[in-house]
Amino acid sequence: MGMMQLIGLGKATFSHGIHPPEYKGTTDAKKIRRLSFASEMVLPLSQHFGKPSVPIVHERQEVVRGEPIARADGFMSVPLHAPATGVVKKIGLMPTARGPKADAIVLKLHSGASQEVLYEAPQDVGNMTPEEVVKAVQDTGMVGLGGASFPTHVKMTVPEGQKVDTVMVNGCECEPYLTTDHRVMVEYSMDLFAGIRIAMKAVGAAKAIIGIEDNKPDAIASLTAACPQDGSVTVRVMKTKYPQGAEKMMIKALLNREVPSGGFPSAVGVSVYNVATLAQLGALLPHSRGLIERVVTISGPGIEQPGNYLVALGTPLRFVLEQLGFHGDARQLILGGPMMGVSVASLDVPITKGVSGILVLTEEEKEAQIPKKVWPCIKCAKCVQACPIHLNPSELGMLAAKRQYETMEKKFHLNDCFECGCCTYVCPSAIPLVQYFRIAKAINRENREKAA
Amino acid sequence: MAEKASVIELRTSPHVRHTPSVDQIMRNVVYALLPVCAFAVYQFGISALALILVTVVASVGTEELFCRLSKKPTTVGDFSAVITGMLLALTLPPGFPLWMAALAGFIGIALAKVMFGGIGLNVFNPALVGRAFVQAAFPVAITTWTPAFAPGRLAEFIPSTWTFPFALPVPVDQWVKDLNVDGFTGATPLALQKFGDAAHAHVPTDAMDLFTGMVAGSAGETSALLILICGAYLAARRMMDWRIPAAMILGTYVTAGIFFLVDPAAYPTPMFMVLAGGLMFGAMFMASDMTASPVTPVGVWVYGLLIGFLTVIIRLFGGLPEGVMYAILFGNAASPLISAVTQPRVYGTSRKKKA
Repeated sequence: MGMMQLIGLGKATFSHGIHPPEYKGTTDAKKIRRLSFASEMVLPLSQHFGKPSVPIVHERQEVVRGEPIARADGFMSVPLHAPATGVVKKIGLMPTARGPKADAIVLKLHSGASQEVLYEAPQDVGNMTPEEVVKAVQDTGMVGLGGASFPTHVKMTVPEGQKVDTVMVNGCECEPYLTTDHRVMVEYSMDLFAGIRIAMKAVGAAKAIIGIEDNKPDAIASLTAACPQDGSVTVRVMKTKYPQGAEKMMIKALLNREVPSGGFPSAVGVSVYNVATLAQLGALLPHSRGLIERVVTISGPGIEQPGNYLVALGTPLRFVLEQLGFHGDARQLILGGPMMGVSVASLDVPITKGVSGILVLTEEEKEAQIPKKVWPCIKCAKCVQACPIHLNPSELGMLAAKRQYETMEKKFHLNDCFECGCCTYVCPSAIPLVQYFRIAKAINRENREKAA
Repeated sequence: MAEKASVIELRTSPHVRHTPSVDQIMRNVVYALLPVCAFAVYQFGISALALILVTVVASVGTEELFCRLSKKPTTVGDFSAVITGMLLALTLPPGFPLWMAALAGFIGIALAKVMFGGIGLNVFNPALVGRAFVQAAFPVAITTWTPAFAPGRLAEFIPSTWTFPFALPVPVDQWVKDLNVDGFTGATPLALQKFGDAAHAHVPTDAMDLFTGMVAGSAGETSALLILICGAYLAARRMMDWRIPAAMILGTYVTAGIFFLVDPAAYPTPMFMVLAGGLMFGAMFMASDMTASPVTPVGVWVYGLLIGFLTVIIRLFGGLPEGVMYAILFGNAASPLISAVTQPRVYGTSRKKKA
């Protein structure tokens, strides 16, 4: 402590990466508040990575808040719960953030309903086997709330032959603007510790590490004070750097282990969860409840009442913006953070399980940040020095321009790119490198499917 | 609401960027070169000024010409041709005939840049290619040195500056004699060291004079101190990779040091090697050319060390007193290979490639 902290030593970090402006000041001290209910909710059946859920309700059926309305379709899938009491208006195609319309359940709310969750049954995690815990996790419909939306119970299933010794709890929140995880750590710390114990039980790990970037001192202080005496859960301070919260980076920074290329963290004995995921799990699982709402940071210069809101899943973007107000020169809507989020075209898109933030950027922002001209690569190597995976984005970009997608994959580890955006962020030539890589991956995938 | 939705824009992530653009970087390199140019003019007079202007105009004009010929939008706005012109002038003798300088600018841009596809695609540093061309074509003019701080230099041109195109350079011997500058022998410190003068085999030059630039030489190469400061500005703004000049200077120092330790009587001191001639200028502004240097972290060190090593070898054993130019050109040629064999180890993979 003291001197070591002062000069930044002793804080865990990874090599490379970038330091984007944080823009967290507007919301990081704002308490989580509940957003009111929209009159209509849209629940896409595929809010997670894996097979879409299967509806178990029919049109015009009455549903109660918290009631399952779609079941998991096999192991790589999760169920869906009704976010509010109302009636199923329709089951059919609705707009999604990804672009094409997808199957969704549309709920029409009963305006008089108290919206209390009545659908629950207590269960004692202490008496459950790891397999039972995993099943209970799947029943909550939990997915990674950090943005990846990967089913949590799948992560908790340790592959045969592997052993997990550490549960890593991701409180980095390295994306600019977002303060969801920050507030969850400060306000829901009891739920978070309950969730950590569930995860430890499921994977059979004896210890857990909570990694928090040093720009959240209040979260570090409160969680450090709340850690159990036996030392099974510890808090580690990490340097504020993007993408510190990427699981591969975190594992390297905290344990100096590297997840093998193409493998999962369990291969090196680690299982990583976002703090928001575990806090929700800690609140829901002991009552057998389902995931029906989440904390979302709603921010950006275009929004009038920025803050951290507890939003019911399925709330349309239009309703959120109407409630919180937005400036006339709002030009871009982003779901997620500015580095990895997606921009959306329609206000009818609903808030889904993976949405950690809603950003409204204005014309001004766009002018300042979006380069007007793309230059040829001048081989300045800034991308090479930024890539956290130590790829060579410069070379990959030139190969992409020549459409040598297979060479990119075979010789330059294209598939190790997790699209953090650091290379594009630093490129003085304004080459959309990440977008090139997404296209390259998609085409390679297509070709493989064709060949198979 | 509906009308708002109609102007919402769609883009792919990342949605924020924060970096100087190519033209901003190039403009800053120009800013960094301006003090060096100013010192050159102060030291060598209006001939140096004319030289800088001519090479810049020739370089930019050539790029504009080829853009028009190929019916492509002009690329002179990126300032890279301005840099080529400035770099070229600063590596030429101050009294270099202007028409030859213009030709060097044309060749540099046309042969080394436009032919390869323009900015970002050149294999060699265009300024050095231009200089190499005139070195081969006009061996006398390019080794005709004039004294620094000649009286009246800010009012009077060096006679050779205004050589008529395609004529032999106007001789400056008599003009230099008339100036009557103490101790000027018409040779640079490197030439004095290598070939000596009438009386001595090797003539050393005071290190402080080399450091501050109180010596004869190419227009912009003389003051190591000023070049260091200007280079530091670029490095601090992260517009130049400091590792390249560091590696090149280190390579020079170590190689020269080994020779000096073997035989201090025959070989110059490593400090002399680092400070003399175009080494400092070459390291800061030439070798560090982003496009012609490797992109990999290990590669930039290999590249810098290689150039430093080659510089010393050429200086000590080549037919020329100065070796920086050819060493850098060789380094440029080797950099794609260096990049290829020093690819960084990707996270989660082992160094050795799977078969």
